[in-house]
Amino acid sequence: MLKLSRNEKLAHAVIYFFLILLTLAFLIPFIIVFSTSFISDAEFARRGGYVLYPEAFSMGAYDILFGRSKVILNAYSVTLFRVVVGTGFNLAFTMTMAYALAKKDLPGRVPITIFVFITMVFSGGLIPRFLLVDALGLRNTLWSMVFPGLINAWNMLIMRNFFMSLPEELFDAAIVDGASPPTVLLRIVLPLSMPVIATIGLFYAVWHWNSWFDAAIYIDRAHLKPMQIILRSLLETTNMQGLEELAFIEDPPPAASLRSALIIVSTVPVLFIYPFVQRYFVKGIMIGGIKG
Amino acid sequence: MTAQSSMLPNSRYSPPATKDGRWRKLLKRVWFYRFYYLLALPGILYFIIFHYLPMIGIVIAFKDISPFGGVAGIVAAPWVGLKHFNRFFNSIFFWNVIENTVIISGMKIIFGFPAPIIFALMLNEVFRVKFKRFVQTVSYLPHFISWVVTTGLVTALVATSGGLLTEWLNDVTGERWTFLTNPDQFRGILTITHVWKTIGWSSILYLAAMSAIDPALYEAAAIDGANRFQMARHITIPSIAFVITILFIFEIGNLLDAGFEQILLLYSPAVYNVSDIIDTYVYREGLLGLKYSFAAAVGLFKGVMAFLFLIVANALANRLGQPGLW
Repeated sequence: MLKLSRNEKLAHAVIYFFLILLTLAFLIPFIIVFSTSFISDAEFARRGGYVLYPEAFSMGAYDILFGRSKVILNAYSVTLFRVVVGTGFNLAFTMTMAYALAKKDLPGRVPITIFVFITMVFSGGLIPRFLLVDALGLRNTLWSMVFPGLINAWNMLIMRNFFMSLPEELFDAAIVDGASPPTVLLRIVLPLSMPVIATIGLFYAVWHWNSWFDAAIYIDRAHLKPMQIILRSLLETTNMQGLEELAFIEDPPPAASLRSALIIVSTVPVLFIYPFVQRYFVKGIMIGGIKG
Repeated sequence: MTAQSSMLPNSRYSPPATKDGRWRKLLKRVWFYRFYYLLALPGILYFIIFHYLPMIGIVIAFKDISPFGGVAGIVAAPWVGLKHFNRFFNSIFFWNVIENTVIISGMKIIFGFPAPIIFALMLNEVFRVKFKRFVQTVSYLPHFISWVVTTGLVTALVATSGGLLTEWLNDVTGERWTFLTNPDQFRGILTITHVWKTIGWSSILYLAAMSAIDPALYEAAAIDGANRFQMARHITIPSIAFVITILFIFEIGNLLDAGFEQILLLYSPAVYNVSDIIDTYVYREGLLGLKYSFAAAVGLFKGVMAFLFLIVANALANRLGQPGLW
């Protein structure tokens, strides 16, 4: 442990103080919605809004979300489709292209990489993209949330850099043993690539889980709407038009606690996953950050 | 495969040595790598369909298309030259959306760019490993939640009626606070939420760069009697200067991206005049107003300007002796 002067000790105290404040700034908004999700109508009326801690725990909001509303369960299943099927497609397309472009003496490798790079610096914009998805007949299908974002150029380049960093001797050894290129990919590269697959997979999965705008412009049919859309429509309206079932419920929970409960329900899965893969994504970002 | 081909000249996985002409040689190499082209093909098709077709589709900015004509309608629509561009440049919204875009983006850079650097420098001074890990993990949290949820959190704090902070301030000051519908405060709200959401995630690269610094430098500095401030100033900051430059170029290159989804989710007609950026304007005119050609022209204007920004930023980086983006 190094010795610190008095000034340095004072500076450290200030730094710790700021970091604790910052941590609170990250956590308090979540604590507020978590607490508010438990308050009853009576408590809401008495306290006049969102609360830092509930006086009594009422499960009314969660009861509606999980028990009596089909809207939420349906939206959850659409989001799950996006996350599972969408991420699967993302990874398959991203990996194959990245692996091909990682072959250092592949004829045409540089032009293809530039061809991808151009899409990172220039795009046709929102309107042509929307008209394209419309013309392809993808509107109001689940695929409108999968195909338009199939490969993220940045993620693809991170993966390519990772594949390029694998030692060549490994491939040579396999080839001496008589392995074909597909075998090398499936048996040698794939098992070695788990960290980068986990990282990029997490990026894609979180993107699918959190996506709102694409569904907002491509999806009109109620049964195809993912969670973020339902959450948004609940946040927008002061009454709970999004959940027709509420009309039949006596003594419904306040809008604020229903919203808060939905925020909690749509956030908790992500919150439980990311700290455990943190090690991987920090590494993944570093691979991508080193220019290729 | 360079090493591989040279190490294994007789393997069936290196191109056969022939005395053919250049083109035949190339063709043979292409055929030899056919598996890899097959792997790249789906990706190439994806980029052609979903990125290059829309670039061609930008021609609608020079036409007058009807919202219900489909592809045939786009082809048949009359050419109108720069009509939509002229309309945009002469409209009262032009300077307003440009100003909003640049000001909001600028505020986000001024506050949001140094914040993760300072955060990383602070974390670098923390020697309690568990505390450091905890702060880091919590700081990544906002990155993993959607803008919709973030909007919900902002509402919980500063909604005009019922927001925790709003109600508290109303009680304490005796005035009525209206953050989200107040033109004087709305850009501040956008900036604060932006910093809140990005500070942790953006610090990762700086922390990574710091962890790559040779500890011997600090030890040598300590022997020479340097204190922690001097170490930060003369070792840590110069060591991450490269990362700072690269990320700053990115920021400047993206100056016209002022945060579309965030603004779309948070703004309201009451604050349009301070928060309507190019992207939200394109969205409202195009997808809500069904003026496809006009909105596409505005979008193209933005795309070209953004591209120019990136080129300038990159040239600047190269002049500063940094490698830049290309």
